[in-house]
Amino acid sequence: MCGIIGLHLRDPDLHPMLGRLLDDMLCGVSERGPDSAGIAVYGDEERNPPGHTAVSVLRAPGDLAATVAGLLPGAPDVRAQPAGDTTVLTAPVGVDALIAAVAAAAPDALVVGSGRELVVYKGAGHPQDLARTYGLREVSGWQGVAHTRMATESAINPEGCHPYSVGADQCLVHNGSFSNHATIRRELRRQGVSFDSENDTEVGARFVAACLAEGDDLEKALLRLGETFDGFYTLLVTTAEGFAVVRDEIACKPAVIAEHPRWVAMASEFRALADLPGIDEARIFEPDPGKVYTWQR
Amino acid sequence: MAALSRAEAEERAPQPLTVDLAEVGVRALNAELHAPTASSYEVLNPHGAHSLAVGVHDEIDVRVRGHAGYFCAGMNQLGRIVVDGSAGNGVAENMMSGSVRVRGDASQAAGATGRGGLLVVEGRASMRCGISMKGIDIVVGGDIGAMGAFMAQAGRLVVCGDAGDGLGDSIYEARLYVRGRTGTLGADCVEKPVRDEHLAELRELLTAAGLDHDPTEFRRFGSARGLYHFTTEHSGSY
Repeated sequence: MCGIIGLHLRDPDLHPMLGRLLDDMLCGVSERGPDSAGIAVYGDEERNPPGHTAVSVLRAPGDLAATVAGLLPGAPDVRAQPAGDTTVLTAPVGVDALIAAVAAAAPDALVVGSGRELVVYKGAGHPQDLARTYGLREVSGWQGVAHTRMATESAINPEGCHPYSVGADQCLVHNGSFSNHATIRRELRRQGVSFDSENDTEVGARFVAACLAEGDDLEKALLRLGETFDGFYTLLVTTAEGFAVVRDEIACKPAVIAEHPRWVAMASEFRALADLPGIDEARIFEPDPGKVYTWQR
Repeated sequence: MAALSRAEAEERAPQPLTVDLAEVGVRALNAELHAPTASSYEVLNPHGAHSLAVGVHDEIDVRVRGHAGYFCAGMNQLGRIVVDGSAGNGVAENMMSGSVRVRGDASQAAGATGRGGLLVVEGRASMRCGISMKGIDIVVGGDIGAMGAFMAQAGRLVVCGDAGDGLGDSIYEARLYVRGRTGTLGADCVEKPVRDEHLAELRELLTAAGLDHDPTEFRRFGSARGLYHFTTEHSGSY
């Protein structure tokens, strides 16, 4: 199964409520993925201040912030925010510089998210427990996604947890399974792309990131994914500009979209949307197979 | 036919027994409906919960005030169930008799494998509407998604809007009526002439659903019966 939720807030008055809304939505998809959960939030200025970069790290050593600060020019203030399996490092430097410093400081650590707007949390365990670990209800911002996982293609561990964030401020979450991911992984490896897990979804995320790096917009990247990947999927992809939803042509995997003047939301099941403010006035529909739906900030 | 028009649905259920899902769980609701102490029920705060009013086997009225999740009114026998909202996957799946009315839209596989009774979706129905239907009647006020009536064996599907691609793939003997446009037809599904008996049954179904479309606006689709038997035409390839 797996469960997906995504919320894009159009009304700035709702930004302080992002975490509460996401937490309520997460309850509606917990049964679909009880073995792990990850979240990604955009625009939480407490967790990723303006002018800073946040990098989310698994297997971070306790002294990572100090070591990273020592490696960066000018020894800037590097802050570490541990939350379960994930440690979020922030520093007033560029994304590439912070990732490189983390890699140099802790070769065994794994970067699972990075961006100027974005903060990513991943972990294994029950989604509701993890939501408390991540402090989800206290999150603010303009966009968030979460994924609850019922593992099928690879092990239950934080590395296999979604979202996959393999480019700055990009996230991809997936309900379904890709059947030709090994072939595409080999092809991408030949092109110099490296992988962090054996997870099928990571291949999708790397593919989309490569398309975006080539200059595609989100819609074109997802249409190319549809031409290349075989399998079942509902995907929610987010960037610093907005979010996109696409389902495969057979569309066995569920998705419900609700569009309201104050927000756009997507979830695997309606019950995750039931408590959103103004849901009764929202336009609620299922995305058509193979069609890419995008919303810009 | 246990016809339940919109007006009748409004009139029914005087003083229903109220079950508030903000206070009790779905199991308690279904346990009550399986051994009913009332003839009429109103379900509050469904919030998209799954398996609402599944397995009803008495002639009772159930009104769900809001959106339902997966499998609502599955396996219904005799019950008259109305959802004042939309319904998730598999509404009225394997219905045997009675009626189910969804005032909003229905997700995938509405009326799947249904053997009898009437399912009315006032809004749109998603993909695989009436998949493997075996005698159920389904009337959809709006469009249906792709792969409608896949392997449909018996019963009637009436679509007042458009039908998506792959309609009636591998169909047996169900009769499909579409008022709007159709996409590609599925394997072995063909358009067939509409004769007087078809206009008569369409009129009956539309009336039962509370819709007043002119039956002559519909086209009929069914099986070309070309897949009933294996053929030897490709045997030389093996």
